[in-house]
Amino acid sequence: MNAYAKYFVKKLFWYLVTLVIAVSLNFFLPRMIEGNPVAMIVSQMTKGMTDSDTIKRVYETFIQEFGVDKPLWQQFLIYVQNLFTGNLGTSFGLYPKKVTDILASAVPWTIGLQLPAILVGWILGNVLGAVAAYKKGVFDKVIFPVALFVNSIPFFTLAIIMLYVFALTLGWFPLSGGYDFQMIPQLSFEFIGSVIRHHTLPFLSIVLVTIGGQAIGMREMSIYELNADYVLYSKLLGIRDSRISRYVFRNAMLPQITGLALSIGTMVGGSLICEIVFSYPGIGTWLFTAIRQLDYPLISGCTLLIALSVLLANFTIDIIYGFIDPRIKASQMEDQ
Amino acid sequence: MKNSFNILIKSPKFMLGAGIFIVMLALVLIFPMINRKDPLEMIALAFQPPSSQLWLGSDNFGRDLFLELMYGIQTSIRVGLIAGVFATAIGLIIGLASGYIGGIVDNLLTSITNIFIVIPSFIILILISVSINSRSSLVTAIIIGITSWPWTARAVRAQTSSLRNRDHVHIAKISGHSTPRIIVFEILPYIASYVVMAFVLQTASGILSEASISMLGLGPYNTISLGIIMNWALVFEAPVAGAWWAFIPAALSIALITFSLYMMNTGMDEIFNPKIRS
Repeated sequence: MNAYAKYFVKKLFWYLVTLVIAVSLNFFLPRMIEGNPVAMIVSQMTKGMTDSDTIKRVYETFIQEFGVDKPLWQQFLIYVQNLFTGNLGTSFGLYPKKVTDILASAVPWTIGLQLPAILVGWILGNVLGAVAAYKKGVFDKVIFPVALFVNSIPFFTLAIIMLYVFALTLGWFPLSGGYDFQMIPQLSFEFIGSVIRHHTLPFLSIVLVTIGGQAIGMREMSIYELNADYVLYSKLLGIRDSRISRYVFRNAMLPQITGLALSIGTMVGGSLICEIVFSYPGIGTWLFTAIRQLDYPLISGCTLLIALSVLLANFTIDIIYGFIDPRIKASQMEDQ
Repeated sequence: MKNSFNILIKSPKFMLGAGIFIVMLALVLIFPMINRKDPLEMIALAFQPPSSQLWLGSDNFGRDLFLELMYGIQTSIRVGLIAGVFATAIGLIIGLASGYIGGIVDNLLTSITNIFIVIPSFIILILISVSINSRSSLVTAIIIGITSWPWTARAVRAQTSSLRNRDHVHIAKISGHSTPRIIVFEILPYIASYVVMAFVLQTASGILSEASISMLGLGPYNTISLGIIMNWALVFEAPVAGAWWAFIPAALSIALITFSLYMMNTGMDEIFNPKIRS
């Protein structure tokens, strides 16, 4: 087995373990705590406290789908089995819609919003941070405190302020939703235009906050690298500045890639709340609705989906990282 | 200890951050003593703009937003600090154990830490909060604390395992000192600066987490926090009503508190790690 395959298998194993733990937490946490939502639903059912026939029917579906009357370990097996068949139960709030259907309709919006926003923010932030470290002086003195302040604004706060300024006061962008109400999703210029107009504000608010955090990290890494001995040595050798800055950038970049992997969970969480502010039709908004309606299957479906996608994103970054960083290959070679 | 404190005072970044933080803390602690009204009392019409009586106007229930804000900042800072204490303590214990003991304990604890770094703490926070029926602000703070320790644990472990092989630790071992004693006197002083910084960062992220979870409607009950003010503003559509005073002051307060904490952290960082001073 070559070095990279070994690295890949090792990572894959750990991510599988993490996956199992994430799924178990998603199942056990809400069921282990006293007064948990599942027990509440069951007890309301058995005590006949449910007043209307509809609620009764909703809960009966739930009990049947999740086998809540059986022992816990059996429930877990049913749960895992359901997962493999892509069945996350039936929503309470939107009965009798399937949770999977609701999530499937929301996923494209969330991915379309978050993936480009996080990537653009990450790239811009790194470039700004590197430039700030390299140019120093006024540029650094301005960028650094601004980035620090932007970074301390929570995602949704910036979103609310932008919503108020650009959508309400100035009226440049629409207030909420993913596209104009009266439109039917289709492939026309009008519809796409409407989607883009609704996309702009949430996109910008995620990008701005991401830039802040990344710029700070990159600036720190670049300063650290610029002070390294190899920079001084290369300068004394008379190597051109542009070439040295390329080395510095590459070295400073590596920790930033791991940084992206580690902070992606926080970013996704923040962006989800950003969606709520703009009532963007993604996962975050559904989660918000689900929590308000105590729609337990939908809440659990959302958390599971988010956990899985964060794991997947992390795994992808780790795999790419293995390609980029020669040290990983080297360390694997040593092991052999 | 006294020496590093003297250096800290000279750092403009640290002093700026500490200054903002202390002024805000003093304001929110003293103001409720002067204005002894109940922040939840409805005293005006809904969404009244700021005036000389209502400095920040009224919210959807006609409550005094300035007073609410004072109590909100208080709760948020308290939640952040408690969460910070829990997260730092758990991270410190796990990091020290795994770094100092090494071997199989280290492998096990490191794996657990790595797993919990990847699983978003945000999700665990939601799952626990959904399940607990009566959440006080203390419960929320503890939940935030026990979901955000992995970062600290990882960094503490890295530093401890390198310290473990230093000469002064070996000497202490040969001299027959007990393990707790070695950890307290030979290891802790070296990572103390890091632990303080981690605590400041954990506090800031605790405040942000509280705000996020409250925005989702899973915040503490029977209290006012900055996140809860924002949640009310959003649920009762303050932005659509044009009532900027219902959410912008709370939003800026969150940003200002976290900014001051980050500033303190950066100031400390530049002093304790001279390499990143520009």
